[in-house]
Amino acid sequence: MAQQLRAAQRTIQSNGDALSPLAGGTSIRVSGVSKTFYSNGRVVEALRPVDLEVEAGELVCFLGPSGCGKSTLLSIIAGLEDATSGDVFANDKQVTGPGTDRILLFQEAALFPWLDVQQNVEFGLRQAGIPAKQRATIAQKFIETVHLQGFEHSYIHQLSGGMRQRTAIARALAIDPAVLLMDEPFGALDAFTRDRLHTELETIWSATRKTILFVTHNVREAIALGDRVVVFAPRPGRIVREFRIDLPRPRSLEDHQLVDTAAEILQVLRSETEASEQVEEAYGTVR
Amino acid sequence: MAQSVSVLKDSEQPKASKHSPNQQTNTRRLLTKAIRLVLFYALLILIWQGLAASHIWKDYLFAGPIDVWGHVLSGFQDGTFGVAILTSLRRLAIGYGISLVLGVLLGLLVGSNRYIEETLGSLILGLQALPSVCWIPLSLLWFGLHEQAMIFVVVMGALFSITLGVDAGIKNTPPVYIKAARNMGSQGFALSTQVILPAALPSILTGLKQGWTFAWRSLMAAELLYITVSLGGLLENGRDLNDIAQMFAIMLIIVLLGVAIDTLVFGPLERIVRVRWGFAR
Repeated sequence: MAQQLRAAQRTIQSNGDALSPLAGGTSIRVSGVSKTFYSNGRVVEALRPVDLEVEAGELVCFLGPSGCGKSTLLSIIAGLEDATSGDVFANDKQVTGPGTDRILLFQEAALFPWLDVQQNVEFGLRQAGIPAKQRATIAQKFIETVHLQGFEHSYIHQLSGGMRQRTAIARALAIDPAVLLMDEPFGALDAFTRDRLHTELETIWSATRKTILFVTHNVREAIALGDRVVVFAPRPGRIVREFRIDLPRPRSLEDHQLVDTAAEILQVLRSETEASEQVEEAYGTVR
Repeated sequence: MAQSVSVLKDSEQPKASKHSPNQQTNTRRLLTKAIRLVLFYALLILIWQGLAASHIWKDYLFAGPIDVWGHVLSGFQDGTFGVAILTSLRRLAIGYGISLVLGVLLGLLVGSNRYIEETLGSLILGLQALPSVCWIPLSLLWFGLHEQAMIFVVVMGALFSITLGVDAGIKNTPPVYIKAARNMGSQGFALSTQVILPAALPSILTGLKQGWTFAWRSLMAAELLYITVSLGGLLENGRDLNDIAQMFAIMLIIVLLGVAIDTLVFGPLERIVRVRWGFAR
């Protein structure tokens, strides 16, 4: 058993070596990426040309109200959506479509209801043609990582929202991508579950040193998680400012430094957004 | 690697499992349901016998349960009922099998291409509106009084329902499933068989079931016109011979076969969907 596990880990690592970035190198480089589309005969500027560099192993949060292009940018980086202009490089290779080196996680978890938890976690491995026995070993390991032992054969509708997100994280980790792209993954969860998942994500991140891009509209979530917070503003979608967050980890949402930073970022967002009422609506005051 | 990851203890529990709440009440519920059913049918047969014994209608217009039961027994003993059932089921199986293969392929085609959907899709929608018994005259003209005519009618009965079921299933699949699957390296045939078709299963099943009902009805109608030893044939034969008990017996068998196919073939499929998707009963 231990031997099998080690063998499985070797394959993961050898997979990972091909994909994982060099320490300290650039993991994601976004250059002049924009997105416009036509809607009812009008040109909508979903994203103005943006440039961005993300180091390997960095955890960067994209923050902004809805319609600011943050999710669009994430989809483009994932290769699931085409940019109108510009290029994306992952690990110095140009992105031309989806790839298993960049896995996107969705708010609705996007687990397959016809498969149980373990089969969901094995899905990517199955696509890669990894034999069943090895798949099971790898899946087991990541199910343990997200603390879902005992739920291997549960169906998705039997899981709570938090457990669904954990399963989705395990499913992504099993593929061993260099980059995790998380599109408001905890947006639909209650505050307690979200806090717990923040801590778990931070632990997983520090153990695996994966590059993580995390999209959220929650200011304090962004500051609690990110090495850097990239602030987006809507109409047209654009990046307005970047904040480096040097607070020690693990961070508490109640930490006064964190709350101060949140106030500062909110101030920037307010002044940058013409439609200030909408920001009020989306954020309220600092809670 | 994530080997050394140790995270907070998790206290989340899954939503209450379906099977746990009190096995005993469940068994009792099933038992009382069975008793109600038995009582209902016993009463029905009693009323039936009473009506037959009262001779309100002439004997050649209305047969009592005892006569019908006698006919069922003798029909099975001399082998005619067995042959008839097998003949009808064989036609159904061949015809339904053909429309299953064609329907899934057509459904995939219509569901995955906008131009095919606009053109062929509209035709299929139109043909679906044509009651499948309406194919019988054409079928007799084309194939004559042959097996092919019967099978053609069954195929036409089931094909469009299955096609539309697959098509609807594909259209209703949340795009996020396809995105997630493509992101994890799934494409082409694997994407179709491992994601698109299973995601469409609930809707496909609805189409399959509707297809079977239409096929079964049109087959019975076609068999009425075509005198062989088949269920529809024997029913018509009963009328020719003025044998009311035979007609009742055959109708009973047709009902029971329908119920059997519903529970034995579609029951388990529906159970799979219910358990996995978590649809309410």
